[in-house]
Amino acid sequence: MSQSLFFSVLCISSLAFGCDKPAGSDPAPTAQTASSVSVKAPKELELLNVSYDPTRELWRDFNAKFSEVYQKETGTKLTIKQSHGGSSTQARAVIDGLEADVVTLASFLDTDAISKKGLIQPDWLEKFPNHSLPYTSTIVFVVRKGNPKGIKDWADLVKPGVQVITPNPKTSGNGYLSFFSAWGSVTLRGGSREDAIAFVTRLYKQVPVLDSGARGATTTFAQKKLGDVQLAWENEAHLEVEEAKGDLDLVYPAISIRAEPHVAVVDGNVDRKNTRAAAEAYLKYAYTDAAQEIFAKHFYRPTNEAILKAHPESFPPIKLFPITDIAKDFPDAHKQFIADGGVFDGIYKPKK
Amino acid sequence: MSSVNRRVLPGFSLSLGYTIFYLSVLVLFPIAACFVKAASLSFDEFLSAVWTERARAAYVLTFGTSFLAAIANLALGSIVAWVLVRYSFPGKRIVDALVDLPLALPTAVGGLVYASLYVEKGWLGRYLVPLGVKAAYSRLGIVLVLVFVSLPFVVRTVQPILEDFDREAEEASSSLGATRWQTFHNVILPTLFPALITGFALAFARSIGEYGSVVFISGNMPYKTEIAPILIVARLEEFAYGEATAIAVVLLVISFSMLILVNLLENWSRRYAR
Repeated sequence: MSQSLFFSVLCISSLAFGCDKPAGSDPAPTAQTASSVSVKAPKELELLNVSYDPTRELWRDFNAKFSEVYQKETGTKLTIKQSHGGSSTQARAVIDGLEADVVTLASFLDTDAISKKGLIQPDWLEKFPNHSLPYTSTIVFVVRKGNPKGIKDWADLVKPGVQVITPNPKTSGNGYLSFFSAWGSVTLRGGSREDAIAFVTRLYKQVPVLDSGARGATTTFAQKKLGDVQLAWENEAHLEVEEAKGDLDLVYPAISIRAEPHVAVVDGNVDRKNTRAAAEAYLKYAYTDAAQEIFAKHFYRPTNEAILKAHPESFPPIKLFPITDIAKDFPDAHKQFIADGGVFDGIYKPKK
Repeated sequence: MSSVNRRVLPGFSLSLGYTIFYLSVLVLFPIAACFVKAASLSFDEFLSAVWTERARAAYVLTFGTSFLAAIANLALGSIVAWVLVRYSFPGKRIVDALVDLPLALPTAVGGLVYASLYVEKGWLGRYLVPLGVKAAYSRLGIVLVLVFVSLPFVVRTVQPILEDFDREAEEASSSLGATRWQTFHNVILPTLFPALITGFALAFARSIGEYGSVVFISGNMPYKTEIAPILIVARLEEFAYGEATAIAVVLLVISFSMLILVNLLENWSRRYAR
């Protein structure tokens, strides 16, 4: 029955394809713009913004607003498509040919990876104000109603009997940012490297499940009711608590990491598609007051201080430390702590 | 023309050409690409990517749970096939259709549902966890979802053989004085054996490649419940394509050797059955 061998081979070949993360990205057929002649203001134009998972509603709002403004100013009717998925999955898609005009990914690492392939110019970080950061975010705590375990700060996470839900730092941005925060909470308050290692080791021993991504962790915590505290993206935490209708509470630790979801124009694509002007205008618009208000509305921290301060109920005071406080930069932090052979691997090494 | 085509069926070269083309595009080409990508690493890099303690633990887990799931399906699947072929009962068609459902359902959904059922506060977990049965976030959970996703394979390979099975042989056996067990063991089982092995191999292979459902129920704890495909995703996350494919290649090579072994066993059993 050689037929069965064929089927078997077909099945194992699903290995090669099946190993990727369920991206859940919207299929975004990026048709070339109809008018490829380089007229100053084309009648119609299409942009593709490739972003990460939770920003779907944010960019939908933003796009509606921007295309209205853009049409008024230039007369061009702009259609903006969005694609969402795990941040580094999205970065790989762009590297492999997804024709993004702009990328608005969760982490420097992902944008940097695209830049290293030559699709984004090396000086991209300085192309837009604030190191190309129209907004920032951070990691905060979500706890059960009334905070029964009394979790107020990082040190409380390792109290006996506390179960912590956070995704796998190896496969999730939420995961490694939580790790960096935990690390900084020790070293930036006088602890040594050894203290920090001891702290994260105890912390991850109290993590019963390492979900592969932020959404999985939220399901584990909110739906399956596992664990006492979840280390979540600030914007997701707000939505999660809202949705739980009183079953969950939000807790701000005293200190946490400043997450940096940079934005960038994908130079290699916009030059070929003749969309550079629109793509740049799109990202510049993110720094206007109107756009900053949209970020705030979706619980992303506007980089415009005045607008950030105007929403104290959404953004309680918290000391946000930059990655440079605990490492050279994001790639260095990832290499030291998360990548193969890093600190995180040491935590799980079985004792001989 | 010196050579005369003596084949009874016409179109041999055309269909063979088509088969080879089809197989190459669908199977051989992607797999070859995996090997080429993995070959971009030096031997030492390859070894340090695929042969760490953690990776070895993941291989053992992946192949171990897949093997157990395939064994479970061997028993479960043949019973289901038996019932579907030999008995008629109301709703049989629905049951028959249910068997294929795991193929249609996105496996991630299957994994999520299984996990929610078996967690401490889930519908089943609230009764099972106090008894010490922890299926969510454990190896047991991995085996459970693998049994689920590979259920159709044994059923669908055994079913047609059972349907074609010559009942007279069975009747002859019992009229010659064989007990029911002897009839089963000496008459039915040898006929079914090749189909059982094929079903086993398919279920096994399907389980090795499974990712979507397992990530939701395994808990992904290194050394304990971390399957090999998770390691691949972790390496991709670092944009380490070479290392990721290296692990995939190891899985492919082990799976392929196992499948060849199973096929040899099947051929042998066929000869033995005669």
